[in-house]
Amino acid sequence: MSANRAEGPAPKHNDWDRPVTAPVPRFAHGSRVPGWDDAVDLTKDPAVVPDPATTPVPDALREKIEAAMARYPDPDSASIPALHAAQEEHGWCSPEAIDQVAAVMRVTPAYLTSVATFYDMLVTYPKGRNDVFVCTNISCSLRGADELYEAMSAAAADEEDITVRSFECLGACDIAPMASVNGEYVGPLEHADIERIFADLRAGKPVLEEKQLRYRPCADPGAAGE
Amino acid sequence: MKKILFDRIDEPGLNTLAVYERRGGYGALRKALAMSPQEVLDELLTSAIRGRGGAGFQMGKKVSFLPKGDMDKYLVCNADESEPGTFKDRELMQKSPHMLIEGIVIAAYAGGIDRAFIYIRGEYAYQADILDAAIEEARAAGYIGERILGSDHTLSLVLHRGAGAYICGEETGLLDSLEGKRGNPRLKPPFPALEGLYDGPTLINNVETLSTVPHIIAMGGAEYAKIGTETSTGTKLVSVSGDVKRPGNYEIELGTPSREIIFDLAGGPPDGRTVKLWFPGGSSAPVLTAEDLDIPYDFDSMAKAGSMLGSGAIIVVDDSHPVLDVAMKLAKFYAHESCGKCVPCREGTNWTVKMLERIESGEATPMDLEIMASVQEQIIGNCLCVLGDAMAMPIGSIIEKYRPELEAHIEAARERAGTGSLEDVVALGVADQHAGPMPVH
Repeated sequence: MSANRAEGPAPKHNDWDRPVTAPVPRFAHGSRVPGWDDAVDLTKDPAVVPDPATTPVPDALREKIEAAMARYPDPDSASIPALHAAQEEHGWCSPEAIDQVAAVMRVTPAYLTSVATFYDMLVTYPKGRNDVFVCTNISCSLRGADELYEAMSAAAADEEDITVRSFECLGACDIAPMASVNGEYVGPLEHADIERIFADLRAGKPVLEEKQLRYRPCADPGAAGE
Repeated sequence: MKKILFDRIDEPGLNTLAVYERRGGYGALRKALAMSPQEVLDELLTSAIRGRGGAGFQMGKKVSFLPKGDMDKYLVCNADESEPGTFKDRELMQKSPHMLIEGIVIAAYAGGIDRAFIYIRGEYAYQADILDAAIEEARAAGYIGERILGSDHTLSLVLHRGAGAYICGEETGLLDSLEGKRGNPRLKPPFPALEGLYDGPTLINNVETLSTVPHIIAMGGAEYAKIGTETSTGTKLVSVSGDVKRPGNYEIELGTPSREIIFDLAGGPPDGRTVKLWFPGGSSAPVLTAEDLDIPYDFDSMAKAGSMLGSGAIIVVDDSHPVLDVAMKLAKFYAHESCGKCVPCREGTNWTVKMLERIESGEATPMDLEIMASVQEQIIGNCLCVLGDAMAMPIGSIIEKYRPELEAHIEAARERAGTGSLEDVVALGVADQHAGPMPVH
C-alpha cells in the first residue's frame, strides 16, 4: 500500500477550499492534552512515614486526630476527619499539614495526598480563610446560578480572604440558586446579595441571616398537622 | 393523607430528645426490643418497604441476607445525599434526627448488628452538628450503648463526615471512603451484606428508609403495606426543584399521579411557561416529557415508563431552556465526579462533554449525535458501579427524545460559527463516506 502510494501522486487529504472544522486548540507544548500538572522528580525516594521526633505537631491538632482515630475499629478510617482538622489549622492541606497528619496517623504522606486530592472539600493549594461554594448544578443553574457564580467570582477577585468556588449539587435545590458560605447554606440568592455576603464575612457576622436555610419551614402544607 | 415522616416536622425543638420523647419517640424501640430480632425482621419484610436511596431494593430482604451468628456486623446509614435535585434527607436529619437514630437502633437489632455508622456528606455541616448532639443525648439516655434499655442489644453509633464526592453515595465507594481511602467503588460480588465494611457483613440503608423503620414497627408492617401501591408501599419524600413555583420536599403516597406533585403541590412551572422535560428520580434518571405527566409516581410505573424513581427527586425544566444546556450540565457533572477507576465511565463521560462542546461551537454534524448515543450504550453495564450509567441513561434519552431540537441546534451553531451549512458537508460526501465526524484517510 505504502509502495503504491510512493509511486502515485501524493494523497489529497481534502479537496474543499475552506476547513469544515475549526482549528484544534493546543497547549503551549503543542499537544491537545495538558500533560502533567507539575514536574515530578522521579529520582527522589518516595517519602516514608514522617519521624514524630522531627515533625512537630500542634497539640490541639494532635488531640483532634487521635480522638478521631479512637472512634473507628481501624484507625486509618480517620483520614478524612484528620485532614479536615489539619485544613482548619493550616488553612489548606499543605505539604506541612499532610506531614503532620501522617506523623500522627503513622501513614505515608502519599497515602494522605491520594485522599486529599480525591475530595472536593479538601484542597491542596493555598486558599482564603472563608469558603464560598456556589452550587452550579442543574436545579440551581436553571435558576441562574451560572451568572451568579460569575458575578460572585468577579466580585471576590480582590478579596484575599474569600475563595469562591463553583460546586456540584449541595443538596439545597429548594433555595436555588444558593451558596454555602463557610458551611452555612443561604438562598435563594440575587446578585444584590453578593455584596451583603462579603460585608457580613468581613464583619464576622452571621451571613445573610434572613436567607439562611436553617430557618426555612417545610414546603409541604400537610406537615403542619391537622 | 396523614403524614408519616413529615408529621409536624417543624415543631420547635423536635431535634431534642425531650420533645421527641414527648411525642412518643423511642416507643417503637421499646416495642421492638420486647420482640425477638426475627419478629422485627418479619415486620420489615411484611411492610415490603423499598430502599429510598435510589435502587429501590426491599429493605427487609437486605437485612435477611446478613449471615447469622456471632461476628462483627455493621450498619451504615447512607447520608451522603448528593444526587442532583435531592434534598429530602437533609430536612429529615436537621429537623428530626432522633427518628433516624431510633430507626438505626431498631434495624441493627433486627440484623444482629452492634456497630453503626452514619456517613454524612461533608457539606451538611449544620445537619452533622445536630446529629452529633442528638447522638450524644441518645447515648446519655441509654438508647445507644451497652445493653440498651436493659435488653441484650448493644450498639455503638459514630457519625462520619465525608469531604465532598458524589461517588461516596454509591454503597461500595462509601465503604472505601469510610475506611479512610479514596472513594472508589468495589467489584460486586461479594456484596456488602456478606463482605462490606472492614470485610464484615454490612447493611447499608438510606436516611429516609431508616427513618421510616420506627413507624413500621409502631403501626405494624401489615398496616404500613396498606399505604401506597401493592409493589411500592408506603409514603415517599419527593424533592421537587428546578422550574417550579414552590420547590421543596413533599411527602406523598406512592402511586400519586406525577402531575399532582408537580402542579398541585409544587405549583408547576412559572406563569406562561410549560413543562419541557422532567427527571423523575434525580439527574441520573432518563428524562420524561410533558406527555408523561400522568404516570403514577411509584417504582414500577416509573420503570415501565422507561425511567426510574431513583432517590425521589423531581427536576422540572421548562420550555425556556435549550435541551443542550441540560445535557451539558449533566455530562460535566458526571465527568467531574467519575472516580476514574473504570475506563468506559472515565473516558465516556469526558468524551460526551467534548462532543456536546463541539455542538455548541458549531463543529458538529448530526453524526455526532449517533456517535454520542453509541458512547452511552458502551458505558451502560460495563463498569463496577452505575455512575457512568447514570450519565448514559439521561443523555441517551435526551438524544432519543429531543433529536430534532438537537439537530436544529447543530445547524444554528454552525451558522453562528461560520463553519458552513450541513448541506455543503453532505455535498462533499463526507457524511456518506465515513462513519465519523472527521474524514478518515
